[in-house]
Amino acid sequence: MSFRIVVLAKQVPDTRNVGKDAMKADGTVNRAALPAIYNPEDLNALEMALHIKSKMKDAEVIILTMGPPRAAEIIRESIYRGADAGYLITDRKFAGSDTLATSYAVSLAVKKLAPFHLVLSGRQAIDGDTAQVGPQTAEKLNIPQITYAEEVVAVDETQITIKRRLERGIEVVKSSLPALITVHSSASECRPRNAKLLMKHKHARTVTELQEETRDYTELYNKRPYLQIEEWTVADLNADVEMLGLSGSPTKVKKIENVVLQQKETILLTEADKDIESLMKELIGTHIIG
Amino acid sequence: MNNIFVYCEVNEDGLIADVSLELLSKGRKLANDLNIKLEAVVIGDQIQNIENQIYPYGVDVIHLAQDARLFPYTTLPHSSIVVNLFKEEKPEIAIFGATSVGRDLAPRVASALRCGLTADCTSLEIGDHTENKTQKTYKNLLYQIRPAFGGNIIATIINPDTRPQMATVREGVMKLEIFSPNYKGKLKKINLEKLLKEDDFLVEILERHIESQKINIKGAQIIVAGGYGVGTKENFDLLYQLADVIGGEVGASRAAVDAGLVDHARQIGQTGITVRPKLYIACGISGAVQHRAGMDQSAKIISINNDPKAPINKIADYTIIGNVGDILPKMIKYYKENSK
Ligand SMILES: Cc1cc2nc3c(=O)[nH]c(=O)nc-3n(C[C@H](O)[C@H](O)[C@H](O)COP(=O)(O)OP(=O)(O)OC[C@H]3O[C@@H](n4cnc5c(N)ncnc54)[C@H](O)[C@@H]3O)c2cc1C
Ligand SMILES: Cc1cc2nc3c(=O)[nH]c(=O)nc-3n(C[C@H](O)[C@H](O)[C@H](O)COP(=O)(O)OP(=O)(O)OC[C@H]3O[C@@H](n4cnc5c(N)ncnc54)[C@H](O)[C@@H]3O)c2cc1C
Repeated sequence: MSFRIVVLAKQVPDTRNVGKDAMKADGTVNRAALPAIYNPEDLNALEMALHIKSKMKDAEVIILTMGPPRAAEIIRESIYRGADAGYLITDRKFAGSDTLATSYAVSLAVKKLAPFHLVLSGRQAIDGDTAQVGPQTAEKLNIPQITYAEEVVAVDETQITIKRRLERGIEVVKSSLPALITVHSSASECRPRNAKLLMKHKHARTVTELQEETRDYTELYNKRPYLQIEEWTVADLNADVEMLGLSGSPTKVKKIENVVLQQKETILLTEADKDIESLMKELIGTHIIG
Repeated sequence: MNNIFVYCEVNEDGLIADVSLELLSKGRKLANDLNIKLEAVVIGDQIQNIENQIYPYGVDVIHLAQDARLFPYTTLPHSSIVVNLFKEEKPEIAIFGATSVGRDLAPRVASALRCGLTADCTSLEIGDHTENKTQKTYKNLLYQIRPAFGGNIIATIINPDTRPQMATVREGVMKLEIFSPNYKGKLKKINLEKLLKEDDFLVEILERHIESQKINIKGAQIIVAGGYGVGTKENFDLLYQLADVIGGEVGASRAAVDAGLVDHARQIGQTGITVRPKLYIACGISGAVQHRAGMDQSAKIISINNDPKAPINKIADYTIIGNVGDILPKMIKYYKENSK
C-alpha cells in the first residue's frame, strides 16, 4: 500500500502586495483587483509533501482544494510541481463557510481518500488569516496535529519527527501516524514547475472547465484519462447541508470596515541641526522624553 | 455556569504568561458588564502559587490541572481537559491568547464543541444584534473585532447561536490591570484520572529551546524602531544608543528582522508584537499595513525617512526627511547636552 500524503491548498487573493492599482480613491483596498494566487504557506506544505515522498519507497501526493471552479488552477499548479493528483471540492452550498464548516467539508474529502498517512496544510491563509482550518480538520479526523512545522527531521511508515517554529523558539516533536501537519512560512520554499510535467498536464481540466472550452477534448481525454480533474460536490461527500455554508457557520460577520490610511497633519522637518534641536526641545519640554 | 473563561498559559518559570494576565484583566471588565463571574483555566506542572498570581486580576474561580505530563504544552491532553471542562461548565465566553499555544488549542476545542471561534482579535466589546431576516434580537453578544485580509480590513464577528463565544486575542492589545490586590476566589482541582487517555500522548516533545522573555518592548514608554532603511548593523547601534539615553527599547520591522539586522523578538506588527507607547520613533520604516497594525495606537509618532512619500509619514506627528545615519547622532548629542 502506498504512503498517501494529502495536501490542503487554498486559492487566495494576493493581499500581501496591495499596490496602487488595487487601492480605491478613498484609500481602501479594491479586493476584486487582487490577483488570485496559491496561498503562500500551502506552497511550503506542498514542498514538504514532495520532500517526504522522495524519502519513501512508494508514496503519492494528492491535493485537495475547496473553492469556486477557477480554483482548479491550484491543482494544475501542484501537478506541474510534482503532485500526483488533485480533487476540487466545489459546490454553491459551500459558499459562506466559516472555518468550522470549511474543516467539516475538507475532513469529509480527506476521509474519502482513506487510508491516508499524512495531511499537510499551510499554517494560515492570507485572506481569512485565521490559521484555524488545519487544527479543526485534525480534530474532525480524530488525529494528532503538529502546527508550525519548519522541517521534517525523520519520517517512516508509522511516525514522523518535526521541527516546529514557535514565537520564542523551536521544538522538535514526534508523532504517530496518521497526523495532520500545518506548515510555517520558514519551511523550505516550493520547487518550481517542472517543464516536462507542465507539457504533460497543461490540458488537465475539470468537467466544468471542459464545458467552457471551444475545442473538443474527447479524443485527447480518451487517450490520456489522467488529464481529467475530478470535482466533488456536496453529494459526492455525503455531507449534511446543515453543517455547510452559512447555516453550518456559527460565526457571522456583523460588519466590515476597510482600513483607511488616516491622514494626520504631519510636521515636516529637515535634518538641519536647528530642526532636530527644536524637535528635541519640544519632546523634553512636554515630558514625552526625559 | 455561563461565566467567562480565560485559558491561562504557563511559562517555563511556572508563571502565568503576560498575554493571559491581559486577558484576565479584560475578562474581569466583561464579567462586570455582564454581571457574571470570571474563571481561569490553568493547566501545567510546577506552577508557582497560582492563587497569589492571578486572584488580584479579579478571578472568581481557578480550574487547576497539574501533572508532569501537562508541561510543556501539547495539544491533545490540554484540549481533552478544556473540552471536558467546557462541556460541564457551559461558559458564555471563552478567550485564549493568539499565541503559538492558543492558536493551536482554541481551534481544536471549538471544533470539538462545534462552536464559533474568532481569530486574532484586537478588541472585544459587548453589544446587541438583530438578525435582518428573522428580526430576532440577541442581547449582550460578544463583538469580536479582528483584522483580516492581510490587515486591510477590520471585521466585527459575532456568534449568535453557539456557546461559548470563543476568541483568540493578540498579545499586547488588552491592558494589564490589577483589579484588586486582595481579591480572593476559589480553587477547584480538575480530576485527571478518568479524563486523560493514552491516546492523548501520541505526540512527544523530544527537544525544546525557548528564549525567556528578556526584552520588554511591550511595556516600554518609548520605542525606537528600525526598518530596512537603517541599512547596517552599525546604524542599528545608533538606535540602541538613542534608546539607551532617552530610556526606551528598540523595536523593528519585519524587513529589518529578515535582513538579519535585529532579532525576531523585537518585531512589531501583525506577526510580531503590538505596542502603544508614548513615543514611537520609526527609523527607515516605510509603514506597510502589517507594520502599522502593531504601532498605530502610539500616542506620538516620529518618522525618520529619506522618502517624503513613505506611507508611515501619513500617520506621523513629525516627519524628519533625511538619512537615519545622520539624524540619530544629532538627536543623541542634543539629548546628552540638554537633559539633566
Ligand atoms: C473578513 C473575514 C474574517 C473572517 N474571520 C473568521 C473568523 O474569525 N473565524 C472563522 O471561523 N472564520 C472566519 N472567516 C471565514 C474564513 O476565512 C473561511 O472559513 C475560510 O474558508 C477558511 O479560513 P482561513 O482563510 O482563515 O484559512 P486558514 O485557517 O488560515 O487556513 C489554514 C490552512 O487550511 C487550508 N485551507 C483553508 N481553506 C481551504 C480551502 N478552501 N481548501 C483547501 N484548503 C484550505 C490551507 O492549507 C490553509 O493554509 C472570516 C472571513 C472573512 C472574509
Ligand atoms: C502576512 C504578513 C505579515 C507581516 N507581518 C509584519 C509584521 O509583523 N511587522 C512588519 O514590520 N512587517 C510585516 N510584514 C511585512 C510588511 O509587509 C513590510 O514588508 C515590512 O514592514 C517592510 O519593512 P520596512 O518598512 O523596514 O522596509 P521597506 O518597506 O523596504 O522600507 C524601508 C524604508 O526605509 C527608507 N529608507 C531607506 N534608506 C533610508 C535611509 N538611509 N534613511 C532613512 N530612511 C531610509 C525607505 O524610504 C523606506 O521607506 C508582513 C507581511 C505579510 C505578508
